[in-house]
Amino acid sequence: MTETVELDVKDLDFFYAGHIHALKKINLSIYKNAVTALIGPSGCGKTTLLRCFNRMHDLYPKNRYEGQILFQGNDILSKDTDHIRLRSRIGMVFQKPTPFPMSIFDNIAYGLKLKGIKRRSELSEKVENALHHAVLWDEVKDKLNASAYDLSGGQQQRLVIARALAVDPEVLLFDEPTSALDPISTAKIEELAVKLKTEITIIIVTHNMQQAARMSDWTGFLMLGELVEFDRTDKIFTSPSKKLTEDYITGRFG
Amino acid sequence: MTRESIRKAEGIVALTLSTLAAFVGLFWLVFILGDVLVHGIKALTPDLFLQDPVPVGVKGGGLRNAFIGQLLITLFATLMGVPVGVLGGTFLAEYAHGKRIARMVSILSDIMVSVPSIVIGTFIYAILVKPLGHFSGWAGAVALAIIMIPVVLRTTEDMLSLVPWTLREAAFALGAPYYKVITQVVYRGAATGILTGILLSIARVAGETAPLLFTSFNNSFFSTNMNGPIASLTVSIFQYAMGPYDNWHAQAWAASFTITVFVLLLTIAGRLIIKWRYK
Repeated sequence: MTETVELDVKDLDFFYAGHIHALKKINLSIYKNAVTALIGPSGCGKTTLLRCFNRMHDLYPKNRYEGQILFQGNDILSKDTDHIRLRSRIGMVFQKPTPFPMSIFDNIAYGLKLKGIKRRSELSEKVENALHHAVLWDEVKDKLNASAYDLSGGQQQRLVIARALAVDPEVLLFDEPTSALDPISTAKIEELAVKLKTEITIIIVTHNMQQAARMSDWTGFLMLGELVEFDRTDKIFTSPSKKLTEDYITGRFG
Repeated sequence: MTRESIRKAEGIVALTLSTLAAFVGLFWLVFILGDVLVHGIKALTPDLFLQDPVPVGVKGGGLRNAFIGQLLITLFATLMGVPVGVLGGTFLAEYAHGKRIARMVSILSDIMVSVPSIVIGTFIYAILVKPLGHFSGWAGAVALAIIMIPVVLRTTEDMLSLVPWTLREAAFALGAPYYKVITQVVYRGAATGILTGILLSIARVAGETAPLLFTSFNNSFFSTNMNGPIASLTVSIFQYAMGPYDNWHAQAWAASFTITVFVLLLTIAGRLIIKWRYK
């Protein structure tokens, strides 16, 4: 099975506030139409790595990258990367649901409007598609004008996924998307993510190792800012090549 | 006495004192409001709103000029003060977030909030009345706007700071530029809080007399000319209450009543908005 590399991380170093060395010489490849999980103990740098892919760190002063991240061949860490365009191609879903203070419809339409889509009919169609996509349509189709805050946590998280999907991203970043949800909602989100990989590339940060094992095709294990091991998920969870990985996965620390 | 009974006695003393203090405060408040209510309602006539003042000795007359003048001054003060306050608060909470300048401006506006309003009145007198050679409605509006700005600015800053950063990040993650994140997402999240702040700041300046005495002064005739002296309710109340005529006193009571009700309504509206939003 040959796979296309969607994102290629090369010798990536990352510094918070100019001097806190959070990521050290990271090298890994994110494959297209696959789910890649990033695991590791708290503070290991997995979320930091995830937020490099959409240049989220640039929102805060003095953060600094070194190295390269090639997205379909182009270095997204270069100075002339258009963040706005990059973020519309690489979407993100956060740990806590982040619906905007507006109606369900307007939440989904927000990204579309940013892209310049104004016609009501086109908006309606794309909003409906996105909601179908995120398996939320049947639950909200009768109350599209209700506030997004009226939805349950799990529904809000699927709403946020629908919002991210509406703008047709090529990659979707999940930052512990189920850590604030109950088991049933978690299962729904996991199912959804796995289903989505036929169309897009998914990277997920998770604390939950069963979740990584269930969902992902590839797993990267990080510790103290370094990538300890990166391989196919079944290999990582059955016969990891590093002792450290095995210790973490078997619950000996972390 | 045992240790326990001493503690009990202390508790009773504290309770008594604080209850007493509460009642003393409440008594005067109810007294003032009750007085305004009783005297005000008695003097409340349609003529108060529909007639201009008449010469002393002539029966009737009202304070139409003062109502309109007050409305104009407050309206223009709001139009000047609110945008500056909201944009300034936005600057502090968003663009200068966490920077030293933001802290400094915040502290300065906190000081501004407690500057006696008469100081602001004399300041405007010095820069807008004296040089131009005459009192004007504009000067009054500017004085009130300056009183409003720090109130609106600080409320806006506080309300924007309450909007979680994750919400901004979520908007950024969709590819929104910062100004759209602020205007379309953050403002929405903070809208009710900011609106409440605006209403309360209007209520605050609606009752101001001192800054108007030095700026818009007063006018016994009906005028909508903001370039000249213009009547206002608060200054008229001051003048009429100090005057020697009974019907002036009656009108001052009625005007006091009206302005109190206006401020009360604005405050209630502010409270209701908060309640409705955060229920």
